[in-house]
Amino acid sequence: MNAPDPLLARVGPSVLTTALADREHNQALKAGIPSNSGMAQLFPEEMTAALRHAVSTDLPLRERLVWFWANHFTVSARAGNWAMGLLGAYIQEAIRPHVTGRFADMVKAVMRHPAMLFYLDNWMSTGPGSPRGRTQHIGLNENLARECLELHTLGVQAGYTQSDVTALAAILTGRTFNREGDSPGFVFTADMHEPGSKKFMGHAFAQGFPGGEAALDWIADHPGTRRHIATQLIRHFVADAPPENCIVRLESVLAETGGDLNHTMLAIIDMSEAWQPLTKFRAPAEYVIAVQRALDLPFEPGYHLLDATRDLGQPFMSPLLPNGWPDTAADWISGEALLKRADWAMTQASRPGAPSADAVIEATIADVVSASTLKAVRSASTPAEALATVFVSPEFLRR
Amino acid sequence: MHPSRRSFLAGSAATLSFGGSTLKLRAAETDSRFVLILLRGAMDGLNVVVPYGDANLKTWRPGLVLPEPGQPNGLSDLGGFWGLHPSLKAAYLLYSANDLLPIQCVAGPNRSRSHFEAQDMLEIGAEHRMTSGWLNRIAGALPPNPNCDAAFTMNAMTPLILHGPAPTITWDPFHARARTSPGFYDSIVAMHADDPLTGAEIADGLKERRYIDRVLSGISYDGLSPGFPRLARAAARLLAAPDGPRLAELDLDGWDTHSDQAPRLAESLRKLDEGIGVLRADLAAVWPKTVILIVTEFGRTVRQNGTTGTDHGTGTAALLMGGGVAGGRVLVDWPGLRQDQLFEDRDLQPTLDIRAVTKGLLGPHFGLSVGELATVFPDSESITPKPGLLRV
Repeated sequence: MNAPDPLLARVGPSVLTTALADREHNQALKAGIPSNSGMAQLFPEEMTAALRHAVSTDLPLRERLVWFWANHFTVSARAGNWAMGLLGAYIQEAIRPHVTGRFADMVKAVMRHPAMLFYLDNWMSTGPGSPRGRTQHIGLNENLARECLELHTLGVQAGYTQSDVTALAAILTGRTFNREGDSPGFVFTADMHEPGSKKFMGHAFAQGFPGGEAALDWIADHPGTRRHIATQLIRHFVADAPPENCIVRLESVLAETGGDLNHTMLAIIDMSEAWQPLTKFRAPAEYVIAVQRALDLPFEPGYHLLDATRDLGQPFMSPLLPNGWPDTAADWISGEALLKRADWAMTQASRPGAPSADAVIEATIADVVSASTLKAVRSASTPAEALATVFVSPEFLRR
Repeated sequence: MHPSRRSFLAGSAATLSFGGSTLKLRAAETDSRFVLILLRGAMDGLNVVVPYGDANLKTWRPGLVLPEPGQPNGLSDLGGFWGLHPSLKAAYLLYSANDLLPIQCVAGPNRSRSHFEAQDMLEIGAEHRMTSGWLNRIAGALPPNPNCDAAFTMNAMTPLILHGPAPTITWDPFHARARTSPGFYDSIVAMHADDPLTGAEIADGLKERRYIDRVLSGISYDGLSPGFPRLARAAARLLAAPDGPRLAELDLDGWDTHSDQAPRLAESLRKLDEGIGVLRADLAAVWPKTVILIVTEFGRTVRQNGTTGTDHGTGTAALLMGGGVAGGRVLVDWPGLRQDQLFEDRDLQPTLDIRAVTKGLLGPHFGLSVGELATVFPDSESITPKPGLLRV
């Protein structure tokens, strides 16, 4: 768990490089020069690299954490060019550095990242009492504040009210994205920030950027937040119906360690419940990675992995709504969806150099494979069909 | 597909989405067909159902005005004040047969001018976020069909409008299937037979796939442009089947005309029109029972911008067509185009909520009461269903 993340040691996508690349792209197009460095082109490049990394990494658990938290703090490529173009930077800058760090640090990194400020509209949210609000008659956009409370931290049952949502929206005003100049990136624009201290859930938070950081620290360590994220982690790593004792255990680890996600993950690893096999149905993107890891073949050219996640119903980093992809089997199981996995598994199993069905069983599901799966594999007409059968067996579809 | 999952999901979704009230609609009529075409990217309705009789139009958008009816490449006349874009030839034939009702100045519940927000809210059919779409909720109201689910999209991905408790079909007619021996899929189904989660689903899925394969077998796309017109042909074939699905969703993009609008819009409309022609021809046998609604997430600015295009706006046009549609006229409460008549000094003022159209349509078409429609479109009690959309 403590092994350093190799991707953090490399120069990865950043808001700065993304924004500058997009600017160059637009200038080139204006001058009539063909260019493919715009937002829409960066996305498939960077996401293909991310998927390939998930296949080839020696630290797959770390990648699962990155995916889990990127989904928890969803920025969806569906929202268009800026969200799409900045997704690589978002994961690299706001998610990846914190997956074994402190939860509060991840919340604060997310709540100032241009990708999130765009996705949930905070970049234009303006305090009605701020200089810009008063002269331009513009006001708050509560989208980020509401989703921060409902989806990212406290959860709906934590007892906050509409006035708390409005207060947090006022606290977050001024957090925006400067696209001009030599160093485009996050900027706190005092001109847009609602003046005065704000009362949020009974606590006063000071005016300005530091007041927002204090509020986020407070929210991140709230018992409601601990309950919410413990439940989601257990649902993801243990079972669709998260066992209460596991949730309680994680809540106390989060409380004792000040939200240390490394200790949190170690606590999950220590749970016997987490080692029960086949309790979780693999979502499509995870399934694509599992099949590629089992195949252990060179990558197919182009955006094949990205296309596969779309064809199987979970286009990578593009969930429909800010609540991210769902995390239970019922959400992913439908007849045609399973048949599409069989179609795709067959194309993969037919690739030259694919391992034998027996070798893949041995390397993956040997301990849990059922008699009916073995029977289906043994009776397959070709080696490729035998391997595809392994890939769509009830055991391989789960983890 | 599986009855226990269907009822489980319907129950849980009702609890989540409708504040504990039960989603319970009576079995709706099953012989009616409904096609929803979503024009993603915000179509400039003002350039499609064009108020050429309003003198202000030329002032706001001199570079986008089309020749009046009767002139070369001119608008098709819709009764003296309105004209239909000349790319919409098949649609104009429907208008002449009183089967097309152009609707102007409509908008969904969302005013964000964000494609993403506005499409989501249009598909959800409510003013708050939900995890299901309204076409799914209609699908849940139709009685089960042993061959296949009630609603489908011709799409690789399931759009939000079809997400929800009712099982639906996401069918990509161009999805590549691997070559396998004849028994491969049956063997996969047999392997799953005892699995409590996947067993029934995959068995029903294979049955449904074989049903759809049978219905679509021998289909020819010869002479049709790639993309939308071909999807329309596949959709029509499925909808025309007497024992097939009843609700279809089709997507068409290419409407976000921030620059160089005239040729881009003309081409997108041509593609749409080709699809409309295909639907009319291929659905001939069930045309009297068919209703097609074409909508987009919002309109575009009344003023043209600096790059001979238009930016994100509000009010826009919708097209309603079918054998039972009370067409041959334009449905509009015209707000005018004077500066003080624009929405926020820039957009076409919306005067009709799109939900008034969908409710006014789906009520009679599927025999749903006002109360039931309120379940399909939550928070829409104040939106009165538009009467008279269908010939009775």
